[in-house]
Amino acid sequence: MTLTLTRSGRRAAHGAPPARWRGKKVQGWLYAAPTAVIVGVLFVVPLVLVVWMSLNRWPLLGPARFNAPDNYARIADNPLFLDAVLFTLKYTAITTVLLSSVALGLALLVQERRPGVGFFRTAFFLPGAVGFAAAALLFYGMLNNDFGPIDPMLRALGITHEPVKWIGTPNMALFSTIALVLWRFAGFNMLILLTGLQAIPVEVYEAARSDGAGRWQIFTRITLPLLRPTLALMLILSVTGSLLAFDQFFIFTNGGPDNSTVSMVMVVYRDAFFRFDLGGAAALSVVLLVGLVGLNALMMRRLR
Amino acid sequence: MRRRLAGIAILGLLALTSAACGGGGGAGSSAEPAEGPATITMWTRAATQAQSERLVKAYNSSHKNQVKLTVIPTDNYQPRIAAAAGAKQLPDVFAADVIFVPNYTAQGLFLDITDRIAALPYKDKLAPSHMKLGTMDGRQYTLPHTLDLSVWFWNKDLYQKAGLDPEKGPKTLKEFAQQATTIQDKLGKDGKVHGTFFGGNCGGCYVFTFWPSVWAAGGQVMNPEGTTSLNDQPPMTEVFTIWRELYDKKATGPTAKEEQGPTWTGFFPKGEIGVMPMPSTTLGLMPKDMKIGVTPIAGPDGGESTFVGGDSIGISSTTKNADAAWDFLSWTMSEDAQVEVMAKNKDVLARTDLAGNKYSAEDPRVVLINSLVAKGQTPFAPRFGQTFNDPQGPWLRLAREAIFGDASKLPQLNAEITKSLQQ
Repeated sequence: MTLTLTRSGRRAAHGAPPARWRGKKVQGWLYAAPTAVIVGVLFVVPLVLVVWMSLNRWPLLGPARFNAPDNYARIADNPLFLDAVLFTLKYTAITTVLLSSVALGLALLVQERRPGVGFFRTAFFLPGAVGFAAAALLFYGMLNNDFGPIDPMLRALGITHEPVKWIGTPNMALFSTIALVLWRFAGFNMLILLTGLQAIPVEVYEAARSDGAGRWQIFTRITLPLLRPTLALMLILSVTGSLLAFDQFFIFTNGGPDNSTVSMVMVVYRDAFFRFDLGGAAALSVVLLVGLVGLNALMMRRLR
Repeated sequence: MRRRLAGIAILGLLALTSAACGGGGGAGSSAEPAEGPATITMWTRAATQAQSERLVKAYNSSHKNQVKLTVIPTDNYQPRIAAAAGAKQLPDVFAADVIFVPNYTAQGLFLDITDRIAALPYKDKLAPSHMKLGTMDGRQYTLPHTLDLSVWFWNKDLYQKAGLDPEKGPKTLKEFAQQATTIQDKLGKDGKVHGTFFGGNCGGCYVFTFWPSVWAAGGQVMNPEGTTSLNDQPPMTEVFTIWRELYDKKATGPTAKEEQGPTWTGFFPKGEIGVMPMPSTTLGLMPKDMKIGVTPIAGPDGGESTFVGGDSIGISSTTKNADAAWDFLSWTMSEDAQVEVMAKNKDVLARTDLAGNKYSAEDPRVVLINSLVAKGQTPFAPRFGQTFNDPQGPWLRLAREAIFGDASKLPQLNAEITKSLQQ
């Protein structure tokens, strides 16, 4: 409120902008128009519609019926979703910690230009070039107890004696999924961190070394603080991606065993496309969106 | 306009939830009604792909109108239909798992074809359970497309090796369990061969293979309206107990508990399983030199029944090509299509008056399967898919507790099923 008041006050003091400015303004709008149209059609319109859907009973065909706030009220007695919230948070916490540690480790390993380092950079990054759904399917095939090659290999090497039920128990399913995510995403996150590492001026390291700082001191006092903005970016990407986890659980574990790996987006998907409850699914999406925006705002503030 | 925007929003929702579904599909109704040859679009699920492809091929080679068939992975079929319906992008014709039909009909996805069916000379000879599920408030919406019955297959070679009579399959579920156990004990030492197998993490597999034993024993799994579950009562509980013992004795193979469905029929044709419930549609796909016995699924102490599954087919309510679509649909019911396409490949026929034909007479197993159409059941429930097929639905939890977990939880989990059926 105060903001608009001061603005209009200022404008009143300066009078109307000169015509030259107005021409520039139109030009500016024209430059922005294509982006604005794309954002409008692909983001704003669907967003408004999802919010509108969430206030209606929305059948597949036929007219919608306004029923707010039923769709939201029903979330409270949807135990599958409440369990999914807890599970997704747990998964996000574990994944983010492991992913950032592994990615940082890899980035430090291949940070300096040495003979052969290009090979390792490529090797670490390569899984990121596999589509995620394809990667999930690949793991499903490799770890499958009926036809997967990993189990026989482990037994031939004498490491295990019984078939390992990779997705047979809740903990193993979570563990295997996180292994999949690390394999698929560690290289990409390494690349992000690598750009951050290489943006740190060499002089800073030289100055620290001439002041007698050890390796550990350099890492904690120089590298980490200067890497903070890059780490923040990686964290936000990882947290957002993990909270929206879908492919890995939908394809790899199918939410099982016994609904132990059902993520929030899977519940949205189920409500929309198995139960045909489009209004309810839209309400879940809105709740998810609000939660994500809130969490990201919080993280941006903390990490700045 | 509003519906189109809603379509965009639904597609947005789909994009948010799934990058997995892939693109394409080429749906939508091609214009051009009546005059000139029309091309109609058709969708089917992978589970009954072979039958659909044969029918479409035969139709296309003998008609000016053409059918363009799109096959969609079985697990993704329901979501794809839902997304397409919301976006008004349904194909002209689509097949659907017969148990989903009541829900689709209630959602208004199919065109009312009551009058067109009434004009067929053989309208009273169409597979009764498929027709029942395609009827709502006295109006008819679908025709039978494929019939897939659950039966017990036994491997005669393994029976011989284990010292069992290779010409005598089980007549009761208890005999089934004994024979499976014998095979396991005699031949299962090296871990390659197993007595039996089932899809232990697959809701649709459980209903397809376990429920016929309940019906054979004279029991029911739901009330006729499909709104109350009876799955915590005998004979269902007896059936669960027999299977549970088989699993505990390790006669089912170690991976039965994790089997999610896509591969559950893959072990029998490899000669690794002694006796197990199988879909009748796989009989034509078995290795030619494999000696397979077929017998009806029985209850704990006898009787016989089957789950009459498969697909129904209907015209989508949003099509612009209803006449061309009906021309194809009615042709698939003709004697030509039924005998020369379906029966020739050992498939079960959608018309009871053609069950005895020149092809089925060659194979007594096919005659047996055809005869079961009248004895079997197709369970009716408007909320079938989300309750019994969906891996996150309440049925899979109940079945898994009954077989692998704590059977005392059954009454409580059964109440969850009823709740889901009534949503």
